[in-house]
This record gives sequence, C-alpha cells and structure tokens, in this order.
Amino acid sequence: MVGLLFLVPLLPFLGFLVLLVGGGRLPRRAVEAIGVGSVALSFAVAVLVAIGFAGLEGESYRQTLWRWMATGGFSADIGLWLDPLSLVMMLVVTGVGALILLYSVGFLRGEAGARRYFAAMTLFVASMLVLVLADNLLFLYLGWEGVGLCSYLLIGFWYREPANGAAARKAFLVTRIGDAALLLGLVLIVASLGTLDIPVLQDRAPEAWTAGSTLPVAAAALLLAGAVGKSAQLPLQVWLPDAMAGPSPVSALIHAATMVTAGVYLIARMHGLYALAPAVQTAVAAIGALTLLLAAISALGQSDIKRVLAWSTISQIGYMVMALGAGAWGAAIFHFMTHAFFKALLFLAAGLVILRLHEEHDIRRMGGLAMKLPVSFAGFLAGAASLAALPVVTAGAYSKDLILWQVAASTEGGLLLWLAGAIGAVLTALYIFKAVFLVFFGPMQTAPEPAPASPAMLGPIVVLAVLAVFGGGLAVPAQLAGTLPAPPLAGAPGHPPLAFALVSAALPLLGLAIAWALYVGRRGPLTGLAASRAVARAAPVAAAGFGFDALYERLFVRPWHALARTLRDDPADRPAAGLAGLSLGGYRLLRETQTGRVRWYAASLAGGMAAALALGVLS
Amino acid sequence: MTLVWLIGLLLAGGVVAWGGERFGSAWPRSIAVTVMLIALVMVLGLWSGAATGVVTPGGPWIAHVEADWIPRFGIAFHFGADGLSLVLVVLTIILGFAAVIAANIDVKERVGFFHFNLLWTLAGAVGVFTALDLFLFFVFWEAMLIPMALIIALWGHEKRRAAALKFVLFTQGSGLLLFAAILALVFAHYGDTGLWTFDYLTLLAAEGSWPGNLWILLGFVIAFAVKLPMVPLHSWLPDAHTEAPTAGSVVLAGVLLKTGGYGLIRFTAPLFPEAAQLLAPYAMALGVFGILYGAVLAYAQSDFKRLVAYSSVSHMGFVLLGVFAATLWSLQGAVIQMLAHGLSTGGLFIMAGLLQHRLGTRDMQRFGGLWAGMPRLGALTLIFAVAALGLPGLANFVGEFLVLLGTWERSVWAAAFAALGMVGAVIYALALIQRTFHGAPHGNPGVRDLDPRAVGLLAVLVLLLAGLGLAPQPVLDTTAPALEALLRLSEPAILAGEVASHGL
Repeated sequence: MVGLLFLVPLLPFLGFLVLLVGGGRLPRRAVEAIGVGSVALSFAVAVLVAIGFAGLEGESYRQTLWRWMATGGFSADIGLWLDPLSLVMMLVVTGVGALILLYSVGFLRGEAGARRYFAAMTLFVASMLVLVLADNLLFLYLGWEGVGLCSYLLIGFWYREPANGAAARKAFLVTRIGDAALLLGLVLIVASLGTLDIPVLQDRAPEAWTAGSTLPVAAAALLLAGAVGKSAQLPLQVWLPDAMAGPSPVSALIHAATMVTAGVYLIARMHGLYALAPAVQTAVAAIGALTLLLAAISALGQSDIKRVLAWSTISQIGYMVMALGAGAWGAAIFHFMTHAFFKALLFLAAGLVILRLHEEHDIRRMGGLAMKLPVSFAGFLAGAASLAALPVVTAGAYSKDLILWQVAASTEGGLLLWLAGAIGAVLTALYIFKAVFLVFFGPMQTAPEPAPASPAMLGPIVVLAVLAVFGGGLAVPAQLAGTLPAPPLAGAPGHPPLAFALVSAALPLLGLAIAWALYVGRRGPLTGLAASRAVARAAPVAAAGFGFDALYERLFVRPWHALARTLRDDPADRPAAGLAGLSLGGYRLLRETQTGRVRWYAASLAGGMAAALALGVLS
Repeated sequence: MTLVWLIGLLLAGGVVAWGGERFGSAWPRSIAVTVMLIALVMVLGLWSGAATGVVTPGGPWIAHVEADWIPRFGIAFHFGADGLSLVLVVLTIILGFAAVIAANIDVKERVGFFHFNLLWTLAGAVGVFTALDLFLFFVFWEAMLIPMALIIALWGHEKRRAAALKFVLFTQGSGLLLFAAILALVFAHYGDTGLWTFDYLTLLAAEGSWPGNLWILLGFVIAFAVKLPMVPLHSWLPDAHTEAPTAGSVVLAGVLLKTGGYGLIRFTAPLFPEAAQLLAPYAMALGVFGILYGAVLAYAQSDFKRLVAYSSVSHMGFVLLGVFAATLWSLQGAVIQMLAHGLSTGGLFIMAGLLQHRLGTRDMQRFGGLWAGMPRLGALTLIFAVAALGLPGLANFVGEFLVLLGTWERSVWAAAFAALGMVGAVIYALALIQRTFHGAPHGNPGVRDLDPRAVGLLAVLVLLLAGLGLAPQPVLDTTAPALEALLRLSEPAILAGEVASHGL
C-alpha cells in the first residue's frame, strides 16, 4: 500500500487539472465535489500509505517517478521520500486540507469564482505535498514555489479590490526574496557536494564538511533565509498580516496550518546541515525567540480579528523555530501539528463570525456573540484554550510545554530562550483571551445575521475542535525519535521536574487572569495600568507591528520606484536617439542652404574658394 | 540533405504563399500552415534520427551536406546540425508555426507578401543555425533580417517606420562588424596557413592564436551582443518588439534573439579560447547588469509589449551569463533558457496581440479588471507570466537554475546578483497581471474571451513549457555532446586562466 504514495500529491493535482481544463462548463456542485473530493481522497490514500508504512521494515520508503534533469554529474529526480517526518506532514496537510476545503464549500456559497478558488486550493495542496514528500531539495523547491504561487492567487482571490492585489504581490515578493537565497543555497550545495538528494546529502555533508567551516555555515544560512521568508519570521514577517486579505479558509490552510510552517519543515529536514553550522543554529534560536515576542506583542495591539490570528501565527512559528534552534526537533514538529489543528480551528470559527456579521473584522465592534453563535464560540474557545496552552485539557499545552522544557534543558538553549518562551506564553493567553472576551462576552454591538450555518462549515469546526483538545495525545515526538535527533539535554532525559511543570502551567493561567481582569472585570489596578500613558504610547507601535512596513517602504519600495521612474525612458537609448537627433539637425541645417537663389550659391562658392585658397597660401 | 530541403521548402513556400494571394486572401495562410506542418515533420524526423551523423572535432553532425560554391575563396555550401543547432531549429519551426497562426490577429493587408517575408525570415534563421561556412552564415544572417525589417515597417503599429529604421541601423551596423570580423579571421588564417577558407570546422581546428585575436573576437561578440541583446546595445529591441505585428514580435523574440545567443556559443569561445577568457569577466558582469536593468525597466513600462520586451532583455542576460561562465551546466542552462524564453515570451506577445485587437490599445493604464470578462485569456497570460518569472515546473526555471549553478563555479557574486533577478522578475510579472487583469474593471464592456480553438492552440505552448520544465532530459541529452565538444575547445584556456588566477 506504500506504493500508492505517488497518488497522494497526484490526486489533488488531477483535481486542479480537471478544474482548469473543465472550464466554465462544470456545474457548481461538480466544482465543489472535485475540489473537496480530490483532497479527501488524497487523505484516504495517505492513511492507507501510513498503515502500509507502519508494516514496513526500515525507517523510510523511496519512490522515484522519473529523472528530472541530469547534466554534468548533477542529477535530480521527480521522486518521493517517506519517513516519519514527512508522514506526519503528509497526514496533517491532507487531513486538515480536506476539512478546510469542505468548510470552503459553505463559506463560498453565493460567491462567484468558485472554480478559480478550488483550482488554486487543490494546486496548493498538491504543491504542499510535493514540498513535504520530495526526495531531493530541487523537487522540494518546486513545491516551495508552487505553494507561494497559490498563496498569491488566493490572497488576491477578491481581485477587484486593489488592496488585495497589493497584499498578494507583497506576499509573493517578500517570500521570493527568501526563495532566491534558498535557491542559491541549493546551488552552493550542488557545487560542493554534487547532490541535492536529501538522504544522500545527510550522509555526505558530515564527511565533506567540517563543522563550523564556511561552506556549511553559508549553506545553512541561505536555507535559513528561505525558511524565514516562507515562515514569516524576522525580518521577513511583514507579508503575513497583509495576507489576511484572502478568504478565511485560505488563511486557515495556507497562512496558518501548512505553508507558513514549510520553513520549520525545511530546517528540521536538514537538521544534519545545521549540526555542522552551530553559529547558524544559534541564529535560528535567536530569530525564533525574538519573533515570538515581537509578534505576540503585535498581536496584542491588533483590533482586526484576522490580524490577531496572523500575528499569533507568526509568534507560534517563532516557538517552533526557537525549538529547532535549541535542537528540540521533535517538539517543533509536534507543535507544528497541534498548531495546525488549533489555528485552523480559530480561523474557521473567526471566518464564520465574520460571515455572520457581514464582513465585520473589528473585535471592538463585536461582543456578546456566545449565545448567538454557539458553535463558533465553542470552536473559538477550544482553539483559544489550545493556543494559550491551558494546562492538561488542551493539545497546545503538551507541545508548548515540551518546547519550553527542552529549550530550557538543552545545551543549545538555556534560560534566556526559556524566558522568551515564558513571557510569550503569558502574552499568548492574554491576546487570545482578549479576543475571546471582546468577541463573545459583554454587550452585543453588531447583531449577527440569523441564517443557519451549513453543516459543511460546522462539521470541520467540530472535528478540529476535538483535535485541538485531544490532539496532544498523539505521541508524535516518540514517532519521530528515529528520524530526528534527540534534543541535547543537559541532564538526564526524562520528565521535567514538578516545579517546572507547575510554572509552565501557571503562565497561561496568568495571562488568562489578566485578560479577564482587563476585558471582563474591567476593574482593579491592571485597568489603570492599561489606561496609562505609557501603554497608550506603545499601542500604535504594537498595532503597526513595530514599524517594519514603514521602514521597508523607505529602504526598498520608494528607492525602487524612484529608480524605475528615473530609468523609465531607458538612458541607454540616449546615444541612439542623440545620433538620430544629430543627423536630423544636420539635415535641417543643410536644407536651409538649398534656397534656389543663385546669388547665394555664387557667394558661397566664391567664399569657399577664397577660404580654400587662403588655407593653401597661409599654411 | 534534410536541412537543405527544409530551407528550400521555407523559401519556396514563401514564394508560393505570395503568389497564392491571387486566388484569395485565405490562401497564403493555408499554404504557410501546410509548409510549417511539413517542416515540423521534417525536423522531428531529423531529431528522432539524431544518432547518425559525421563525427568531427567540432562534435557529431547530422544531416551534413557539403558542396562547392566559390572554391577560389574557399566558400562552400556547408550545412550540418549538432544537438545545439537541432534544438534551435526545432524551436524556430514551432514558433514559426505559432507566428503563422498568430498572423491572423492583426495582419489583414498584403497577406501574401507578409507570409513571404515571414517564411523567408524563418528560412534565414534555420540557415543561421545550420550553416557551417562563415560566408554562408553571413548570407543567411542578412537574409533573415531584411524580411524582418519589412514586416515591422509594413505591418507594424503606430511608430513602425522609426522602429524599422532603428532595427535596420542596429542590425546592419552589427552585420557590418560581423562581416569585417569574419574577413579578418579568414585573412589571419590565410596569413598563417596560406589557405583561403571560410569553413567553420577548418577554422576551428586551426591553432587560433593570431595577432589581433582580441579585436576579431570583439567584432564577433559585439555583433552577436546587439542581436541577443546585451545591455547597453539593446535599445533597438523595445521599439522593434513593440511596433512589430504580433507574428513579427513572436519571431523576433522567439527566434531572432536566439541567433545572437547561438552565435556566441558557436563562434566566440571555440574560435578564440584565450581571448574569450579575457572578455569573460566583463561579459558576465554585463550579463548580470542586463538581468537587473531589464527587470527595473520592464516594471517601469506602461505599454504591455514594452514590458514584455524589457523582460526579454532581463532573460537574455541569463543567456549571456551562461555562455561566458562557460561550464557545461551554464551552457546547458543558456540553451534551455533560450528555448524557454522563446515559448513564454512568444506566448506573452500573442496575449498582447489578442488584447490589443480586442481593446485597441496596449496601454496598461487603460486595462484593469479584465479577468471578469476574459478569464481564459487571463489564465493563459498568468501561466506565461509565471513561466517568465521562473516558476519551477515550467521551462524557464530549468534554464535559470542551470545558469546559476554553472555561474557559481566561476563567480559566487555573479550568481548571487543574478539570483536577485528572480526577485525583479516577480515584481514585473505580477505588475503585468495586476495592471491588466486585476483591480477594478475599467469599463471595457462586451470584450470577447478566447474561443476554445484558440485556447487549444495556446495550450500547446503551455504544454511545451511544462514538458520542458518537468522533463527537460531529452533536450539536455541532445545538446550535451555538442556543448561538450565546444567546451573541450576552450577548456585548456579556461584551465590556464584558472591556474593563473590561483597563482596570484
């Protein structure tokens, strides 16, 4: 059954082709059925493959489809590689993908452009599967760019609004900066190791390169740049908040659950390379820690519900990246999975709220919706609890506590990283429960449309809510133990001491308590603090995501436009145009002499003779 | 003999198509389509039988023909195709086919004479790609340009006369330089050996270290660099591409630019290995500069066709870089890039023609929101645009990746700056889509989308792009022996250069 692996990416791709070629002739029902069906079928096949893989001897399975290119000693295949790491990714992508596509059927009801939407979504799922299943980095790069294209197409789904187009292009452009670096990283690896085959590479790199030397450090840094772009980490995080211009299910699938975690996957996949570049791995940890703090503070400053979730995504990926940097590979992938569940859930629930409130995004104008939209409320609450990592009862708690413990105990990590994670944990609970309290509690501000929600939308929310609560029971780190190296813990491996566990559990509760005091209780010293001038001054900074957009506008966007304006008429054309002008001028000058007056001709003739004679005599 | 038959077919087909006009204006087109179909069968037959041929130091040659022409000066009818020539001939015929079909969009007058010029241009290009005698090469070089100039001048858009004149001046100027360089080479060879010959293979086998080597080489390089084009010698291109009728733009961008790249690969480094080594750093720097310069200027344009024209400048920068990086990877990449650019840019020019035909303008400030009325045209343009920005899975990516790979071996910095071109390509390609198809509709009511037949024809280009992007191996295998043979000629010089630079 493992042999069916190629069908997993192929089925959504076929769905895409049918939608692309089928034209407008397909009825709406058929479009929806192909969109959801191809991904659901892909999930079913993925489950079969997983069962087959469990019965397989050995840790991995390779399926080579055809030779992509081979020249001058370099070759790359169109080939797939299944090991526990790609297995987890494959199941999450197809499973969550199928749920979100089902939700989309309800979400897009009455909306034009369904064929375009489902075509782009199925192409996205196919590309994402290529990304996680590719057996070599070049094929991975194909998926990597493919998901970027689909992200662009779907952010700009409502293309009539110029702002949406701008957000879509910004996303493609900013991630492409990272992608260009990543491609150079691949070029470097081929030039010095002669291969991009992932398993071969993992073997060959430690033999050919000494740890800490220039080449592995450069390669790891270039790959990191790619990961930073795709996963919206510092300093390339600016595109993700704007990407919320896309439909909510797109945000759920692409900009929360799957694509934006591609960078995490890439670094985990290439862990052997990062072992050879300790300096870069330290940078990975630092980027993760900084991003998670900055993004959590920014999330606190947002009033658009989707932008809260977007900054939250950046922050949560920051946790994963920090974990990678500390060598907690398994914990990072575990958090990727739980995050995929609870963040997709939050987006789907938020999407439902927005839909019912007629495109109202501002949480300050929401309120009191708990009773009116019970499923959205329950779903959002489950997602929020899991995101905040409320102890024991949520999946997020298991993965986040694992990250905090391993980061603290790792020889690569330490107290500073733990502190960042701990402060982040308080902030996470604070910002998400701020949203919960403002949207669902208190007095009602905007009345929701009383239309009944379609089962296509409610079903996925319920399933994801269950996963967000109980998904922590899936023993992912144990499954990955053979594939990813164990974290370099300082002490003996094992469970964290009780005191540590209690502190970890207390952090989100503290954040929850603050949120309650500020947004429900609305009394006490905290409220005074929140109303203070310092907070008032800091709020716009947080709302603007610390001003990176304005900075980049000055540093890159304006100079680029100025350059384009200056060069617009192509200065290289001047010599040619000048030559043309010169001959035209000469022609006009000479034309003036042709007057038809004989006296003029005779005079110039005589003048010329005189000049020639004078020249001859005088010289 | 197949090559001679092929060229003869195109020449004769042109004459018949011209004459056919007297039976009705549909005749030239039907005749041209028939001719191109036969030509396609011929070149594909040639490719499938590619294994048989004469093996020479210059590589294995198929369909090799040699006959005396002006024996006194050592000029001969000498044709042959190696893998490099072959894939470019196939490209010529495929794009020629596309051009014949696209001619229907905006060529309505003097249809017979138009097809005559089109087919003669193609015949000239096939001759350029397969002539193994430098005199013969030059004859075809000129033969291809004059009908092209006529196409621009007679069937072009508003500023066609000025554009045609500029095209003629640039190409004739560079043609003169080329002829001077060829003569200088032949004289130098005569002085050395006492033998008059224009034969490529004989000159190739000669020692090749004449006095004034560098100057002769410069003549060749500049002549080909104008054609490619290389910044800053490119300024004829935006005007010519923009003003030419759709079919003319397709052939101009898809085929004629490639003769410049072909000339650089075929003649410069193999004939003058040491001198080419001296030029290489400058040429690579200009290649990288062209990639970035073309990208900025493409973004700055508001005319759809001018944007595509400047994107060609950017793409051809990769070809220049690949040729002078002179590794098997970079040369393979340059060839794939030429094929890919022909298909994707050809596609974009057809899109431009279709849009202009429907809306009466190429000005993107008057476009916008066209997706709503023309989703098929929009989707096809999107595919060609993402091919142009180097999306993996489509052909251009393979070319750019291999060029970067080969360039990295020579210069890390050149590769790094060239990779920035990938970012620039996103900016202009997405700007094209935004300004044309996205945004609020600009009040272009009642525009017709493409009919399924047109979509089917354009889908062939898409399939070729995807095929070349996902399974380029047959092409790589075809060109590898030829490129390896050419590289072997310049390898000693490259190695010597590397030793020298390491010695420092």
